[in-house]
Amino acid sequence: MTDLSELYQQVILDHNRSPRNFKRIESANRKAEGNNPLCGDRIQLYVQLDGETISDIGFQMPQGAGCAISKASASLMTEAVKGKPAADAEAMFQAFRDMLAGGNNAPGKLAAFSGVRAFPSRIKCANLAWHALHAALQNSGDPVTTESARDF
Amino acid sequence: MLDTAKLRADFPILERQENGRRLVYLDNAATSQKPRKVIDALVHYYSFHNANVHRGAYALAVEATDAYEAARTAVARFVNAWAREAVVFTRGTTESINLVAASWGRTHVSRGDTVVVTAMDHHSNIVPWQILCQEKGATLRMVEITKDGRIDLIDFGRAIENKPKIVAFPYVSNSLGTVNPTAQLCKLAHAAGAVTVVDGAQATPHLRVDVQALDCDFYALSGHKMLGPMGSGALIAKPALLEEMPPYHGGGEMIERVYDDRSTWNRIPHKFEGGTPNVEAAVGLSAAIAYLEKLGMDKVAAHEQELARIAIERLSQIEGVTIYGSRDHRAGVVPFTYGDIHPHDLATILDRDGVCIRAGHHCTQPLMRRLGVAATARASFYIYNDVDDVDALVSAVRKAGELFGVLAS
Repeated sequence: MTDLSELYQQVILDHNRSPRNFKRIESANRKAEGNNPLCGDRIQLYVQLDGETISDIGFQMPQGAGCAISKASASLMTEAVKGKPAADAEAMFQAFRDMLAGGNNAPGKLAAFSGVRAFPSRIKCANLAWHALHAALQNSGDPVTTESARDF
Repeated sequence: MLDTAKLRADFPILERQENGRRLVYLDNAATSQKPRKVIDALVHYYSFHNANVHRGAYALAVEATDAYEAARTAVARFVNAWAREAVVFTRGTTESINLVAASWGRTHVSRGDTVVVTAMDHHSNIVPWQILCQEKGATLRMVEITKDGRIDLIDFGRAIENKPKIVAFPYVSNSLGTVNPTAQLCKLAHAAGAVTVVDGAQATPHLRVDVQALDCDFYALSGHKMLGPMGSGALIAKPALLEEMPPYHGGGEMIERVYDDRSTWNRIPHKFEGGTPNVEAAVGLSAAIAYLEKLGMDKVAAHEQELARIAIERLSQIEGVTIYGSRDHRAGVVPFTYGDIHPHDLATILDRDGVCIRAGHHCTQPLMRRLGVAATARASFYIYNDVDDVDALVSAVRKAGELFGVLAS
């Protein structure tokens, strides 16, 4: 049995309580929306992409619309990709997805989410911000969800 | 209170262990567990009586038909329906309401008409009416709720001043547990010339229902919330209304005569039961009703209300816990939040102690907006729950607070 403290690691609880880059960037040139209607998680993601570099990134969740896992994941994601080339961010997205699918841990603090693997019902919470980032970088304009099977 | 130690032995699933603890199932508003008698009824039906109904000229088909029709009688008796013919079997409350919207609604609602629902309705008693109103160019009017989670009777009065065609509301709210003054609301709606559609999904499993005393026109119920199988349910309606309504689904069983270019319809309720019905669901529902009748619905209601009272009392002692809904006129549903811990996190933490609760919007997004929350945690009780289950809930909630270092938000 996986202990709860492996899911709710200190870094996750910290980022849930004090999310980083928790801001609206009206002027951002890339935006994406993530929405998991069944569980109610919603995220607005703002990305300033200058050339190939993510020069700024912020996210917002409506009051009460994000659980600890989804909020901390968004927060840690923004920290991880800020100032990085878009291609590196996409590689991190892939590594993060692989980790949740049972693969190796993602680099750095992102490894804190390895405990989510043992809680299948919460994987979609951890994934949501990353799918939104992917949509923003692709400039797809479509809202993303991680509640349908094909999005895992 | 009910003898839960004895009752629990009737439910095989309650023998399950979750992480070395007993299963504490507190998501009964979503679906109930099934007693062995219901499970056995399904197996028995398929083992000894299975055939298609209403058409076989052989003994086995007659047995299947008898079992199916006996289930109809059981449902009629359980809710004191006007007649056996008043009971149309459906897949559940959602299909029952969609049937009324598609058949009675499409026939009687036209441009400029009004349909009234309430802000505490489940999506299944909102969305079918939205679809109908959009199709017909009619107006959907949502009645507000009071701060303590009841239907706002003043706003209800204003809403029916427009002479709505349909007034729809829940007998018991699935998110708040509020028991609405259903007979009174039906009387007011009738005086305004409306037909009434009562969502009975959360009432039928938990209190004594008498549709004739309520004097509603349509009453929808789900079998799976009252110990029966999933996919069992019924629409109970005044026979005169069913008589004049057009069919819902075309197909076999529901016809009297099929000409090349048109058909005539079977008698009620068969007019609304096109296709091979879910016979084993009806048979299982019948067994569930027998089980509940043996317990007595007044005792069932008292048992759950007592558990809800104790749960509210003990949860309220935890600083930072907010309980939603009214203090009285409440069925065994306890919605709550805890500081700034998201209800999904609460549900995950409780699950580690084998405590199953629902977290989310409970298919009542308009209500959540009015409560000013995105989601709540909800514990809902049934006949096999006891005070130990309440204690397991409370202690797991405290554990969540320790893990998150919660402060009242």
